[in-house]
Amino acid sequence: MKSLPKGVDLVLIPLINLLLAFMISGLVVVYIGENPFRAMQIIIHGSLGSAYGLGYTLYYATNFIFTGLAVAVAFHARMFNIGGEGQAMVGALGTALVCLYIEWPHWIIAFPVAILAAALFGATWSAIPAYLQAKRGSHIVITTIMFNFIAYSLMVYLLVHILKPKGQMAPESAKFVAGSNLPTAHEIFGWFGMVFPKSPPLNITFLLAMLACFLIWLFIWRTRMGYAIRAFGWSETAAVYAGISPFRIIMVSMLVSGGLAGLMSINTVMGEAERLLIDSVQGAGFVGIAAALMGRSHPLGVFLAAVLFGVLYQGGAELEFEMPAVSREMIVVIQALVILFTGALENLVRVPIGKLFLKLNTKQN
Amino acid sequence: MMTSTEQHDRAAPMIELRGITKSFGSVQANKNIHLKVSKGSIHGIVGENGAGKSTLMSILYGFYKSDSGEIYINGELTNITDSHKAIEAGIGMVHQHFKLVENFTVLENVILGTENNFLITPALNNARVLLSKLASAYSLEVNPDALIEDLSVGHQQRVEILKALYRQADILILDEPTGVLTPAEANHLFDILKNLSNEGKTIILITHKLREIMAVTDTVSVMRRGEMTTTLQTSETNPQELAELMVGRSVLLRVEKEATEVGAKSLEVENLTVTDKRGVTTLKSISFHVRKGEILGIAGVAGNGQTELLEALGGITPAAGRMKINGEEIPLNGVGSDARSKRENGVSHVPEDRQKLGLILDFFAWENIAFGYHHKDEFNMNRFLMHNQKIRKIARSEMVKFDIRPPSPGTLAKNFSGGNQQKIVLARELEQNPKVLIVGQPTRGVDIGAIEFIHQKIIDLRNMGAAILLVSVELDEIFSLSDRVAVLFDGKIIGERITEKTNESELGLLMAGIEDDSETDSLVTRKATE
Repeated sequence: MKSLPKGVDLVLIPLINLLLAFMISGLVVVYIGENPFRAMQIIIHGSLGSAYGLGYTLYYATNFIFTGLAVAVAFHARMFNIGGEGQAMVGALGTALVCLYIEWPHWIIAFPVAILAAALFGATWSAIPAYLQAKRGSHIVITTIMFNFIAYSLMVYLLVHILKPKGQMAPESAKFVAGSNLPTAHEIFGWFGMVFPKSPPLNITFLLAMLACFLIWLFIWRTRMGYAIRAFGWSETAAVYAGISPFRIIMVSMLVSGGLAGLMSINTVMGEAERLLIDSVQGAGFVGIAAALMGRSHPLGVFLAAVLFGVLYQGGAELEFEMPAVSREMIVVIQALVILFTGALENLVRVPIGKLFLKLNTKQN
Repeated sequence: MMTSTEQHDRAAPMIELRGITKSFGSVQANKNIHLKVSKGSIHGIVGENGAGKSTLMSILYGFYKSDSGEIYINGELTNITDSHKAIEAGIGMVHQHFKLVENFTVLENVILGTENNFLITPALNNARVLLSKLASAYSLEVNPDALIEDLSVGHQQRVEILKALYRQADILILDEPTGVLTPAEANHLFDILKNLSNEGKTIILITHKLREIMAVTDTVSVMRRGEMTTTLQTSETNPQELAELMVGRSVLLRVEKEATEVGAKSLEVENLTVTDKRGVTTLKSISFHVRKGEILGIAGVAGNGQTELLEALGGITPAAGRMKINGEEIPLNGVGSDARSKRENGVSHVPEDRQKLGLILDFFAWENIAFGYHHKDEFNMNRFLMHNQKIRKIARSEMVKFDIRPPSPGTLAKNFSGGNQQKIVLARELEQNPKVLIVGQPTRGVDIGAIEFIHQKIIDLRNMGAAILLVSVELDEIFSLSDRVAVLFDGKIIGERITEKTNESELGLLMAGIEDDSETDSLVTRKATE
């Protein structure tokens, strides 16, 4: 059977999935008694219509790019890493330790050190499930999801008992040293004499995310290791035949994956909160799975899917504000529908479209 | 036989296909096929892989629905929409890969799906009586209470036939039934088939082994590219003619092979022992060598240690023993025993299963051309990056050289035909100029035109002085390629012969496990079996 044209695979099918998700979401909005088209307009306008909205949208997208890439890299080795959440949490710990205890003279020095720490901590957290998978055959899905719970408990313990300054009520760390604060979009645009609103948390980490997209593309499609990872992902038996070590592939792909998930914390912890919060990951670890699925594990696709989910997050918040009848829970339902259709139910559309194209092709011949 | 055929010619044919057409996407698998098979005859269908034989039989058995055309069973128009309808119409099928529940008994397998009751005991009792009748009528003896996993392959196949007969099949379709059998078992199967046809059963035999067609069928049809090109009386044709009809041109069934000067021992294997994960020893301390410019054929029935031999030498599974390349020892287990080290020591490996091992089906052809050799300088730009453009270029020239169609490096490996996939693997492995080539089933599932080409390439490599270990279950292939033959039976090399000084029946005995401790012994056993 011939494979689908690339354009259909990468563009048409995700678009149809998205349309289906919006149609059902629209029905939900109609059920509440609101106009779905106006809701749509509010979401789009609220997320993309102004620099303010865009600032929030891209801030969220930054999180999803990192966690999406994390899932995508592991996917190429047929490893389903659903531990992005926990890896990002531990990565956040790494970021926080760097920013709490060293008097940084300038962010430009703190930034690379924090990047290393975040990646290293995230990778450490994925290394244990990876080792167990490679050596003992413990299924990566089970171990990584369990490690999410361990990470969460670890965070609570550390924040309540160790990192929380004395006399403070909230379970969060002290504020980071001033020299570690990353430039926001407002400041960056200021350097070039341009204006960008002050409140959106969009910061320089977005550029790091774009760089990560390019580097991961290079890694997967241009390096020997990426070649070996993809080969292993398609067929483990063939990889062994070719002299590729499964242990190495599982370890490398999961370390890179955990590292990327850890990097997500740079955006939220160092770029926005400037302290370690108990929920510094904000569920991005799980949205990353949807971004990777929708983006077909390709960095460009992950980028676009991440922006889409950014739109839903920011636009959803606006919708909640503008349409009080649509409650916070409804927004979550709409987001969940998009994730369901673009991620989990991907084959729902793929199979019939594939058949349709086959028919069209035969007719032409 | 002739008299019965004549009788039935006047009646309606048992099976009649009229204008069967079926396409999958843009591929037309069956084009306007007409076929008549008379009652009580054995009809052979031959054709290359992908000629449409299996599709046609799947339509007859209700797995696929034809796009157009009609099926008449015993003169009646029959609409076979699924395999239940096929069974109702009296059609039984024996698949190439048996569909048996391994840990069920023979009886339990036979009644499976026909229990017709909440309790299975009545069906079991019923089957036991029927089975013993069938067994004596067709010499299909098999212990009804034995577990399938304890039976030999030949007996398992009998169970499949019994299953069909228990369902009152009048028509039996057998898809490549002898692929897994020893020559003796195959001969026994042919006796059974002849018995069945004498009792009025109609049999369709799908095979690519022309020898079998000649031995057992009454009539034979040739399929080519989805069309049924000819139907002949078997007695009026010969293998050469059938081969030409299958391919559509005349073919050399044997490759021209001049004698070469054999050199020093290039590959030496001593006491090679493989124990699998379940603790079963699959290769029992075998030793052999291959000289430069020599092809050593490893013959044997599939499942006697061939796969393990290839995988141990290819660095896929760890093994005990010693392996030397040009006198230099390379490890068979632990550090430095993986497939990459083997390649770096000049051992190329064309695996038995190109789809599971030899290729990444979802990679482009050019990516597959570097597969396993992706560390070599010629495929890389620097320490980190591969040189994709250069690999594409190399791939294109190799694809032209090996006549791979289409010669486009940007096509996914899974979109090539079996023969062309095999040529991709072969191109990659042979272009490394290996000192030693280990090759398993090089022409399995490959059409005749490509077989010729692949054989020639292997001979060329031998003539250039490489040592080649050829593992094949096709005796014809062993005979036309190898200089020496060793026969594997039950994990041991049971005998070794110079190809020119042996023959199929002698090797057949070895393949069946009849050992030759000395010349006289083997003569005695041979007389005894005759």
